[in-house]
Amino acid sequence: MEFTRRGALAVGAGAVAASVLPSFAFASVDDAVAAFTGGAELGEGGLTLTTPEIAENGNTVPVSVDAPGAEAVMLLAAGNPSPDVCTFNFGPMAGAQSASTRIRLAGTQDVVAIAKMSDGSFVRASNEVKVTIGGCGG
Amino acid sequence: MKTSSLRKTLGLSAAALAMGCGAALADADDNLVVNGEIEMVTQTEAPEHVEYLSTIRSGWTYRSDETQQFQMDDFDNPAMIFVDEARASWNTAEGSEGKSCASCHGTPEESMKGLRAVMPKWNEEAGEVWTLEKYVNDCRENRMGADAWGWTSTPMRNMTALISVPSRGMPVNVAIDGPARETWERGKELYYTRTGQLELSCANCHEDNHDNFIRADHLSQGQINGFPTYRLKNARLNSIHGRFKGCVRDTRAETFSPGSDDFVALQLYVASRGNGLSVEAPAVRN
Amino acid sequence: MAKGVRPRVKVPGSASAGDVITIKTLISHPMESGQRKDSDGNVIPRSIINRFVCDFNGENVIDVTMEPAISTNPYFEFQAMVPEGGEFKFTWYDDDGSVYEEAKSISVG
Repeated sequence: MEFTRRGALAVGAGAVAASVLPSFAFASVDDAVAAFTGGAELGEGGLTLTTPEIAENGNTVPVSVDAPGAEAVMLLAAGNPSPDVCTFNFGPMAGAQSASTRIRLAGTQDVVAIAKMSDGSFVRASNEVKVTIGGCGG
Repeated sequence: MKTSSLRKTLGLSAAALAMGCGAALADADDNLVVNGEIEMVTQTEAPEHVEYLSTIRSGWTYRSDETQQFQMDDFDNPAMIFVDEARASWNTAEGSEGKSCASCHGTPEESMKGLRAVMPKWNEEAGEVWTLEKYVNDCRENRMGADAWGWTSTPMRNMTALISVPSRGMPVNVAIDGPARETWERGKELYYTRTGQLELSCANCHEDNHDNFIRADHLSQGQINGFPTYRLKNARLNSIHGRFKGCVRDTRAETFSPGSDDFVALQLYVASRGNGLSVEAPAVRN
Repeated sequence: MAKGVRPRVKVPGSASAGDVITIKTLISHPMESGQRKDSDGNVIPRSIINRFVCDFNGENVIDVTMEPAISTNPYFEFQAMVPEGGEFKFTWYDDDGSVYEEAKSISVG
């Protein structure tokens, strides 16, 4: 079927659309997580995800991750047309297993981080970010 | 009647939103220091000619902590990408005379300090109020023999940002007396004139309802001391007239054109409402 | 090659041996997501930077795989160890095959 951006945003945005296109976005989040973890169980703790509570514009949302001792951290935006955002792989010269970047969010949604720890275990953290849809186009 | 019902509506939606999301709203008393060294006045007593506000506030004070932080360090401020582009253009000779900006003006730091703070201003020779854009194009056409840039074109937005940088931290000090008075009066009239199907004047949002919400937008005083400004929305610099056009269009009116005498007059008036705030351009807004 | 791409990095000029320093990087790039349409309704093809790598004296600091959800003008901030003086090398990889590079030296004293 034709999958438009508008349609994709609607899926991210709400349950009404989700009933039309059942769990499209959510399934691909699971897929992305599975591809990263190989299906391993997800724990909690040891991973801090910092996001704004309210983003004034979804185009440029600052996010940070901090996971002492992690090998890699994957970021996902559960409500975007495609949930993948980026994966930070930390090398031997990393001074800390932390990083910040700026991301795009199609609307209010959960931002998810999964860290691969050095012992091979995985932990998950997620925050809801409310994205302001303003009326003043300018 | 219309005014009071509008106020009520805006007030209600503001209350609803404030209840919905609580914190994260900016504090008017936050301090803006750029690069740990340029101290900005973001809040001060309103100039005498601003009759209905006691305090003037930079648009920065209305933004969320995250948006505010973008402006606190030049490396974090994406506007500086465009300033760098303008710097390259500043040093590039163009036109029939084989001159660049640098040929006459050296570096912007040497020659442009303070200029942004007094813009727009009366140009005696031309017999009218000139903005930075007019000065830039006068140089291009008459000294460089190059084509004029469009008022809201990318190179013009970038160049006006570069020219503003050396004035950052200086107080806006636009002259409204003498020959500029007539233009200023015209601008003031425009500021208070309702336009469009929504019948909104600049004042309805930015004077009567600043700090309230219009749907999810936290209304500022519409100060222009940070322009040209980088907006997260379109990830580029935005000109003063471009922003005016957007606002007027949002009232569902036919807008004036960027570069028109009407917008120049409005710019002089709006700039004068910010006399005493620091030049922040290029600022970062949502 | 996307137009006007220009990398920039912020690295302290000097540090003490064993210090952990903060590095910031920013590269001007539109990061066209492949989700947008032009005025005729045609999809604008995806054109992004898909990978960013920072190495110090040939050893990896951070290696980031990037998707279209990274904002226009990609920005990264991270930490690096500085056991000795040397050179940081920064590399960005574009969808179109272009590679953008930048290097910064740091002295230890």
